[in-house]
Amino acid sequence: MWTAEIPAFLPLAIAAVLALVTRGWLRSAIMLLAPVLGGLHLLSVDPGVVVHIQILDLELTPYRVDRLSLIFGYLFHLGAFIAVLFALQVRDSMQHCAALLYVASAIGAVFAGDLLSLFVFWEVMGLSSAFLVWAGRGPGSAEAGIRYLLFQILSGVLLMAGALWHWVNTGDLSFNEIGLAGGASWLLFLAFGIKAGFPLLHNWITDGYPASTPTGTVFLCMFTTKAAVYALARGFPGAEPLVYIGMVMACFPIFYAVIENDLRRVLAYSMINQLGFMVCGIGVGTALALNGAVGHAFNDVLFKGLLMMSMGAVLYMTDRINGSDLGGLYKSMPKTTVLCMIGAASISAFPLFNGFVSKSMVMSALVNEGYHGVWLAMLFAAAGVFHHAGIKIPYFAFFHHDSGIRTQEAPLNMLLAMAVAAVLCIAIGSQPQLLYQLLPYDYDYSPYDVTHVLTQTQLLFFSALAFVWLNTRGMYPPELRSTNIDIEWLWRRLLPSAALRISSRLAAARDGLLELLSPALRPEFWANRKLLQLTLSRQWPTGSMVLWVAVFLAVMLFSGLFVKGA
Amino acid sequence: MSEQKSQDWLDKPANQRKIRMSLYIACGILFLLDLIVKRKVYVAAEQLPGFYPIFGFVACVVLVLIAKEMRKLLMRGEDYYDVDR
Repeated sequence: MWTAEIPAFLPLAIAAVLALVTRGWLRSAIMLLAPVLGGLHLLSVDPGVVVHIQILDLELTPYRVDRLSLIFGYLFHLGAFIAVLFALQVRDSMQHCAALLYVASAIGAVFAGDLLSLFVFWEVMGLSSAFLVWAGRGPGSAEAGIRYLLFQILSGVLLMAGALWHWVNTGDLSFNEIGLAGGASWLLFLAFGIKAGFPLLHNWITDGYPASTPTGTVFLCMFTTKAAVYALARGFPGAEPLVYIGMVMACFPIFYAVIENDLRRVLAYSMINQLGFMVCGIGVGTALALNGAVGHAFNDVLFKGLLMMSMGAVLYMTDRINGSDLGGLYKSMPKTTVLCMIGAASISAFPLFNGFVSKSMVMSALVNEGYHGVWLAMLFAAAGVFHHAGIKIPYFAFFHHDSGIRTQEAPLNMLLAMAVAAVLCIAIGSQPQLLYQLLPYDYDYSPYDVTHVLTQTQLLFFSALAFVWLNTRGMYPPELRSTNIDIEWLWRRLLPSAALRISSRLAAARDGLLELLSPALRPEFWANRKLLQLTLSRQWPTGSMVLWVAVFLAVMLFSGLFVKGA
Repeated sequence: MSEQKSQDWLDKPANQRKIRMSLYIACGILFLLDLIVKRKVYVAAEQLPGFYPIFGFVACVVLVLIAKEMRKLLMRGEDYYDVDR
């Protein structure tokens, strides 16, 4: 029974169902055991396992194991264990079920061997994670969740369209290297790009994540974007536009992160910045660069998860997350403070912390391949990371001026989850072989030479110096209660106001027309205007719309059958 | 702040000064090391003595100054998107 062919997503998917019907310690045990058992099972699975299924005359590959998918599989189980442990005290069946289903579908996605299976997992991933945004149940969570879901669905639609087009072109649905050539590949590229947080398509990250619960955001930050990094690494290694897209992703969010007040949104911007390093590495496409991108995705789950957990713990204990409201928390939450600082050191890529061992791979690869301009921009981004994530997050939450908030240390399970992530950050940072042996491509690399360690330490210490200098001179921008305009302005301000303007113009035009009618006819119009409306728009029950959609689909289906039969 | 004198080590200005001083000293040592240690050079810009320290400092100052200017353009009230249009 317990064979290698059991798809890796199954234990977590079963746990998701069980989480709905169980309560208390039993549910906790199931939720913790699922990633442990699933992960142990995966350790026994060797690359090369493939499962095919036949649907009519369509052969699908829902499960395909190779070294690239395996490392993401390990990572997602590890991340799931940490996030579940962190969320254990939550009493919300919907949240637990959505979270486990979300992880299961992310695992399914990285093991999907064909584009249709990928699409299915891709969509479940999008839908289940939207429930984590809605679970915030705060003011604005519902709308933020819908905006989040729109991006996920858009990505799914593009993936479906691209997959079918690719299938028609090549007669092949299997998900291997696609390469940027032709419309189908660009659709797939965009589908992955949305979930990877490409610039201008990134807004669902910075809009959705801060709207979720203290624990939900931890799940959210671990899986969707990493699955997208996997998909890009699988489909578009060495696609050069990715180098420049990654560069923009690494650079523009750090400006926003410096002036953002909501510390979880700061982390969301910082996440796009880290994704930039991964995307850039995939674009370079050499074995070193791809290993760097994948390794950085691995490390990012740990350190970004750790930072998100520390901010989640702060939000959970104080109900506040704005930098302007926090400060001085190290007095009541010393353990969380230390753990947060480990995460901060890791994301900043201090030597001996895990960010260092993977970011330096991408940087080296850029230099090796002659992308010196991009390298310089990434160096700027690397210094900026320390500034906004490394210093700003711990400083404004735990130090700065004393906000007067007195609370208690986070619950034990939260501290344990953060501790697991912190230990892994340091373990991988000081023993990079732990990670390197899992990387998908063979390449010998050692991050610890005098040049690397010295230059990186210099870069970071002088960044810190800049912070201290700006701060003591009063030039550092204070944390202010504010909203910063980002691309979402287009659809949250411009579009609605344009629609409003158009509809008021139309109303004015109608009134103008009525003016032309004789005064006697005007009351006639108002009394009888319902008669003017078309049959379908007189009332609009959702049911009739669904019915017509069903009729439309049935017609499509039958015409498809006849065309095929003919 | 002054009426409730905190006993925390970090709250004392003298200790905060100590932390800053140790950072300055560390930075000084790191800059000197750059002149002593023969590090490998891959990109032309790296040949400049003290390239990384200078770059790190300037990059962060520029980052913050630009971000401050961005606030003038981009910052709105906290309820910007909640207001009825």
